[in-house]
Amino acid sequence: MSIFIDGRTRLLVQGITGRDGSFHTRQMAEYGTRVVAGVTPGKGGQTFDAGAVRVPIFNTVADAAEATGANVSVIYVPPLFAADAMMEAAEAGIPLVVCITEGVPVLDMTRVYPFIRDHGARLIGPNCPGLITPGVCKVGIIPGRICTPGSVGLVSRSGTLTYEVVNQLTRVGLGQTTCVGIGGDPINGTNFIDCLAAFEADPATTAVVMIGEIGGTDEQDAARFVAERMTKPVIGFIAGRTAPPGRRMGHAGAIISGSTGTAAEKVQAMTDAGIPVADRPADVVPLLRERLDASVRR
Amino acid sequence: MNIHEYQAKELLRQSGIPVQPGAVATTPAEAEAIAQQYGGAVVVKAQVHAGGRGKAGGVKLARTPAEARAAAERILGMSIKGLVVQRVLVAQAADIASEAYVGIIIDRASKRPVVMVSPAGGMDIEEVAASTPERIRRLAVDTRYGLQSFEAMELAFFLYPDVRQARAAARILRQLYNAFMEHGASLAEINPLVTTPAGDLVAVDAKISVDDNELERHPDLAALRDESAEAPSETEARRANLTFIKLEGNVGCVVNGAGLAMATMDLVKHYGGEPANFLDIGGSSNPDKVVSALRIITRDRAVRVILFNIFGGITRTDDVATGIVAAIRQSPLTVPIVIRLTGTNEEEAVRILAGAGLSAMTDMDEAVRAAVSLVGAGKAA
Repeated sequence: MSIFIDGRTRLLVQGITGRDGSFHTRQMAEYGTRVVAGVTPGKGGQTFDAGAVRVPIFNTVADAAEATGANVSVIYVPPLFAADAMMEAAEAGIPLVVCITEGVPVLDMTRVYPFIRDHGARLIGPNCPGLITPGVCKVGIIPGRICTPGSVGLVSRSGTLTYEVVNQLTRVGLGQTTCVGIGGDPINGTNFIDCLAAFEADPATTAVVMIGEIGGTDEQDAARFVAERMTKPVIGFIAGRTAPPGRRMGHAGAIISGSTGTAAEKVQAMTDAGIPVADRPADVVPLLRERLDASVRR
Repeated sequence: MNIHEYQAKELLRQSGIPVQPGAVATTPAEAEAIAQQYGGAVVVKAQVHAGGRGKAGGVKLARTPAEARAAAERILGMSIKGLVVQRVLVAQAADIASEAYVGIIIDRASKRPVVMVSPAGGMDIEEVAASTPERIRRLAVDTRYGLQSFEAMELAFFLYPDVRQARAAARILRQLYNAFMEHGASLAEINPLVTTPAGDLVAVDAKISVDDNELERHPDLAALRDESAEAPSETEARRANLTFIKLEGNVGCVVNGAGLAMATMDLVKHYGGEPANFLDIGGSSNPDKVVSALRIITRDRAVRVILFNIFGGITRTDDVATGIVAAIRQSPLTVPIVIRLTGTNEEEAVRILAGAGLSAMTDMDEAVRAAVSLVGAGKAA
């Protein structure tokens, strides 16, 4: 089992003929993901050679969804076109939309977010690495070879830091149900709580690792959720303890505004909620093992 | 991107908001001429991207053109929070009966722009929020519909009981909202919004920040960037498409990915070192980016060791290795370098580095400890 994506995922790629879209479509197909359609306006009727499969290209998401029954869309279009692409996917009835694109204007997201919600769809991202259910399906850019199937759920605001932690889990044989990158923007479609709730409901997931960073209050809200609603153990890590206030640390959302959004306040909230927080990425594995052993003994 | 007060005021003026008259000067003679033209008292204000200008002596009242000249002489060239003042705004002094705050920010919780108003004008709004939160009124706007007149009136009545002033304030709020949306702002504020003894409203200070992601859409705003107001290393990094933030330490960090870059800085600190910078070379990094990154870092004389931390995914570690070797060929390093890389094309990367007499580690923790111990300040052995 897994969350959000599985063996029934039928993937549509928006921007399939672009530089990033074409490269990652091949990677996803090679991993075993069923890539059923691509969209590039003006190239409808052509096919895209994804190595393992030839993928039909459509002019619009509506056409692609109707013809192929695609149920997940991943977006690799340039930033100023991403808002439109996300809304197009939701309007076509795609229930899960994953936007990899970095640099989407935040005011665009103030329109996209309610639009997606009103269409009953889920958006992951933007500015995210996507998600992977190891051994089954990957949507986005997380390298497949660092993941392995297992029972740990992982949710993160970061990309390469996620890879760092997943790699450590895999090396010691702690496989994953699903790894989700929710993205580093101030307004994103899916937050920590959405993922934690999904992992709590997933019978195959026995523990969750959440990797947060400075900026906003998503981690604090998640900590409260963990304390009140979760039975499975959760381990945390927060990046940005040394970040100066008022500066955007690479991610548009990674900024300490005034005195809010600091690593210290997030670590405190998580600790108060009973979530062990790793001081170093290398401490995640031992902390997780400790909690898993404790829950087995119980 | 931050723009100067005089630039923000010009944008607000274009949106129809009544703004205190003023003009920008780069020399004392120009400041005097502007004051001459206005007659009466003027305020000479430093144009820098830093708060607390008043306290730093960067804002002065001048009653005569000669005083304006003297004030400009003192302020131009002055350093405020490390930024040298290159321009002053010479503005007609306003008669003040009362002051209010109006502003718009992006609120992450509601995922909407939030309009904030307060009768506590002229103060730092964060301080007002902390000490007297009841003196702030907020409204989250659904951008699909925009700020409605009745919503603006509700906010305006919180500031002014008088209906004439409330109407004027509501108009200003809607104009400010339109400017915020039109310019792709992440912040727009008027502080203070002054009420004159005659009962008129006028914007006396203003601040606008533009979302960097909007600049491609707004070349006119991108042109407002004042590179002389930035650290040169940050300008160079932006041109090379790198995210670079200068810090106070001596361990120069080059990392791919923002989260990993922060975690690397944190780990440097954990082992008793101090990071010299945040630097994210991004996802699909090519060797040229690595060369630029090394050039920027080595220019910082405080840097005593360089630490690479690369987790290859989309980033090919052999590209990074090629960049490191190319950079060192161009200008040999004068400080030690510690390289951690793992992931995509790792074997090839190690081979490239070995060809230049460099070695690489695969473990992040080990690499950070090694770098910190090289500056000798760390607690790591």
